Formats: sequence, C-alpha cells, structure tokens
Amino acid sequence: MININLYRAIGETDFAENKDIGEKIRVSKIMPELSKGNELILDFEKIDRATQSFIHSLISDPVRKYGDKALDLIIFKNCNDNVKSMINIVLGYLQDAMDNKEA
Amino acid sequence: MHPIVLSMIAALGIDLDPKNIHIEKLEARSSHYLVRMGLFRILQLETETSIQEHAPEGRFIPLKQVKTSDELAEFISEMIPLLHSDSEQSKTIGYIISELGRNVLEHSLSESGAILCAQYYKKSNTIRIGMADTGIGIKRAINVSHAAPTDLEAIRLALWPGITGTTNKPGGTAKNAGAGLFFIKAIANLNKDFFVLYSGSSFYKLLVNKGKKLKLNADPFDDRHSTLDNLPYWQGTLVGVDLSLNQTREYEVLLAAIRDTYYRLRKTKTAHKKARFI
Repeated sequence: MININLYRAIGETDFAENKDIGEKIRVSKIMPELSKGNELILDFEKIDRATQSFIHSLISDPVRKYGDKALDLIIFKNCNDNVKSMINIVLGYLQDAMDNKEA
Repeated sequence: MHPIVLSMIAALGIDLDPKNIHIEKLEARSSHYLVRMGLFRILQLETETSIQEHAPEGRFIPLKQVKTSDELAEFISEMIPLLHSDSEQSKTIGYIISELGRNVLEHSLSESGAILCAQYYKKSNTIRIGMADTGIGIKRAINVSHAAPTDLEAIRLALWPGITGTTNKPGGTAKNAGAGLFFIKAIANLNKDFFVLYSGSSFYKLLVNKGKKLKLNADPFDDRHSTLDNLPYWQGTLVGVDLSLNQTREYEVLLAAIRDTYYRLRKTKTAHKKARFI
C-alpha cells in the first residue's frame, strides 16, 4: 500500500491549496493505484487546512470513476478536524451529484 | 481608497506602454499611499514622491500581479506573515486569496493574470482585499455550459454552489466543482463581512447579515444583497472582500454551515458512504 505524504508533495506548507499539484498527485499516484484495485493512504500529517478546490482535485475523479469502491480503497490519514470537515463536504456533494444522476 | 479600486487601476494600466499612462498631479498624501501600495512600480512609472520604505508587515500587501499557479502559491505563503493578524484570520485570508486567484487563473483567460492587493484598516480593524482581472468576464465563462443571458444572471450562477462554467454536469469536473465563490460568499456572510463582485455591466453586493442565525443560501439573491446593472462595462471581473478581524467566526463553524447548505440542496436523502479516516 502506498502512502502519499501530501505535506511533502505540496512543498512543505501546511496550507493545501494548489489544485494543480492536487491534480498531478491524482493523475500520477491515486488513479494508477485505484485502477489496480490497490488501497492507498492520503497522509495529511502537518496539513492544517485544505481548500475545497484542493480536496476536489484529489478525490473527485476517483469517486466519479470508481464510486463507493474508491472510498473503500482510499484511506485518509492524520486529518485534523478542519481537513476532515472539508473532505466530508466534498464527498457529500460528489455523492449527491452521483445520486442525482442515477435518480 | 479600497484595494479593489487600486487593483482595478493597476489592471487597466498594466499592459499599456508606461509612456501612454499619465497620472494627474496628486496630493502628497494620496501620492504617498499609491507609491506605498506599489501602483507606480506595477505600472512601471516614475514618481517624484519618495517614501521611506518600511517593512509592510501588519499593514498592507502591495499590488501584485499573479500569472501562474506557482506564483499564486508562492504569493500566499509570503503574504500570510505580512498581514500580521492572528493565525486564524491569516488562514481565512489565505483561503480567500487562493480560491479567488485560482478562479482568475483558470476561468478568466486573462493574459495579465490576477492583480491583487490588500490593506489593514486599524480604525475598523478590517482587512480589505481587492482582486481584478481583464479576462473574459463571468458571463462568457459561465455561458460555456449554462445559459445566463445577462451579466447579473451570470454572477448569480457563479455564486451558486455546484455551478461552474466548465460543465453543466452535477458535481462539476475533475478540476472544478463550482464551489469557490460560494465558499467565499459564505465566509463573508457568516462573518458579517463586505463582499462585492463586478463583471461586465453588473455588480452584486452582499449586505451585512444582521441576523444572529447562521444560515447560508445557495441562491445569492436570497441573501441580503443589492445589485446594480447597466454600469460602465468592466471587461473581466472584480472582487472585493472586507474581513473584520473583530468577529471572524471559527473555521469549523463556517464549514458546518456550508455542509448544512449542501445538505439542504440534496434531492435524495440516501446515506452517503463515509470516508475512512485513520
């Protein structure tokens, strides 16, 4: 299982906002692991805050493409309450959108 | 002078040959202010006004042009200590500038990028932020995927959560969810702050939420607001936000209110699959 250390990936800043980097992480690391059915860890250690855009850039495509399976395979590690809330908001609207599409 | 006006002036002049820019004689006080805020520097104009440069910490962020994602990231990391506000407020400001700046870089198609500045006002204990671009404007950006016949309708859609110019599919694209401006309006609304958006010939102003109850609306026209139409045309978009440092709500409270707004928008109430946190 790979562990993606986001603090290092975004240039050792505690504010995760650069969605272009988020996109690179998604394309180069997250999607290839999910396509193989592998679990992966998104490690938010030392990240104090994340913008909605950053979280969206990381997980919207996986959820859209793999649905619930993506959430079985992605493990969110070391998230503080702020980051957890943001992840839940993004997952909430993504799943709503998928429900609406299916309805 | 509100930073939105300074950003506007800089955005108008930044692509011009400095030889073609003429600034009328200014009062010494105004001149000092404009020099300090970097207007002459960004427009590459000479000035007779000399000022003793002080470190800007705690007072202002001079005019800055941001054209790339990396420049924006670098600017945000350098900017936060400049405002000298407490950690919570600095982070809120960083959040606003990040989302606004990335909106410009992605949607405005402006070759000049985003022009922004900010200033701290001691009397009101407020930080005022202004950002301008001379790109395609909100109406053209939104109309790629939605029908907005007027600038005002386009502004309304741009502030609506889940609506992005990049797609008409629910949930947005891999890169965009149409939530950035909604989050900023939410921050302003909950903190009882000033927020304005001007694009094309229309202007939207969020008025101070006088109620005590924390409630966000998806439709910006359901918020206490005012609008103006048929204004002098601004090719691009202008955004102004005032953040009162006296009453900045806790971030967690803000996120809870945003979560609640999305919940109220749900058409189905099926249970969501939960994230795996460890």
